[in-house]
Amino acid sequence: MRLLLEISLYFSQFCVVLAMLFCMLRLLKGPTAQDRVLALDTIWMCAMLFALLLGISFASLVYFEWAMLIALTGFVSSVALAKFLMRGEIIE
Amino acid sequence: MTRWLPSPLLSLALLLLWLMLNQTLEPAHLLLGAAFAIAAPLLTAPLRPFKARIRRPAAILRLFCWAFLEIIRSCFNVSRIILFSKADNLNSQFIKIPLSLQDPTGLAVLSCLINCTPGTVWVEILQDTHQLSLHVFDLHDENWWIDTIKQRYESPLMTIFEREAA
Amino acid sequence: MMQIPADIPAWLAIAVALLLICGSLITLVGTLGLLRLPHFYQRIHGPAITITFGAGCFLLASMLYFTALQERPVIHELLITAFIMLTAPVTAMLLMRTAVYRDLRNGRRIADMATDPQPAAGHGATAGATSPGLMEESRDRNP
Repeated sequence: MRLLLEISLYFSQFCVVLAMLFCMLRLLKGPTAQDRVLALDTIWMCAMLFALLLGISFASLVYFEWAMLIALTGFVSSVALAKFLMRGEIIE
Repeated sequence: MTRWLPSPLLSLALLLLWLMLNQTLEPAHLLLGAAFAIAAPLLTAPLRPFKARIRRPAAILRLFCWAFLEIIRSCFNVSRIILFSKADNLNSQFIKIPLSLQDPTGLAVLSCLINCTPGTVWVEILQDTHQLSLHVFDLHDENWWIDTIKQRYESPLMTIFEREAA
Repeated sequence: MMQIPADIPAWLAIAVALLLICGSLITLVGTLGLLRLPHFYQRIHGPAITITFGAGCFLLASMLYFTALQERPVIHELLITAFIMLTAPVTAMLLMRTAVYRDLRNGRRIADMATDPQPAAGHGATAGATSPGLMEESRDRNP
């Protein structure tokens, strides 16, 4: 049973890292600026999921605070970037 | 009562937040959290433009249960589309839905629920006609969307937030 | 490496493993949608399933695991759930409005963004009629 949980933890870590890689490709490729912001927002979300996974792997509640902080900063940065895209260039 | 606890639900939520963040039920934290829960709404009262009042807990529960099931259902729909269907066959469209809900809090909850559901994104409310502009990932039947949103989301929200619901 | 107790009960291990695998697969599918869908208006729907279902599975798994492990209710993951449920819609709506606004400003009609090769007349009219509202709003903001 321990082995099952360990394998599933490794598998989900692999999946989340792969998901971050996909987002990174979109971040590099993305034809428009809003694509890049969306990809960055998804990377934040994947990082939060990865923190939760680490918390389960190491049986530690400290990673919960990481996840909370990542979710908070991710939201603020995405909203700021979206606002900038909407308004920043209007002044030009 | 109303002087010290202008919004009891908000105070209760703040107390719960404090206890969950500290993961304890010790009396000291209960006191600290209670002080926080009383002080924060009093201090931020001038910042709130209006007070929302809610009614009918049963309607709230029903609305959230339905939204939860809808979120799970459309999660699987969206992932099926992403995995198995060709992007050329997708019919992504903007649709317009006439709204009769006027309460700002109700509109905020409606936008939260709609945006949480994968496959639909709220764009804006058109000012002059009070229509909701919505982007749908894979549109089959525009009338189905209009009926669903009006009956499943909007009418419960009107009974919850508005004084005299139709 | 991993600090998993050796005497972990079978039901807990199976439930947590199922939730983790389900959540990670959904996460992968969501970002795959972000990667391979052709237009921004479709791509924005990809991460939505990551945020709702993927994060939901992971948080549920974490709650279950720590509750059983520490033999007391550990429910502070509900805070993250509530936070995500409140903030993800705001981000999605802002990004959508940004995209619509920028496309309109660049002089492209929304009807051109739709993937449908032959857009029906009704939908074309719908998309066209969306533009005046946003443009008017932008004028209001920038007098």
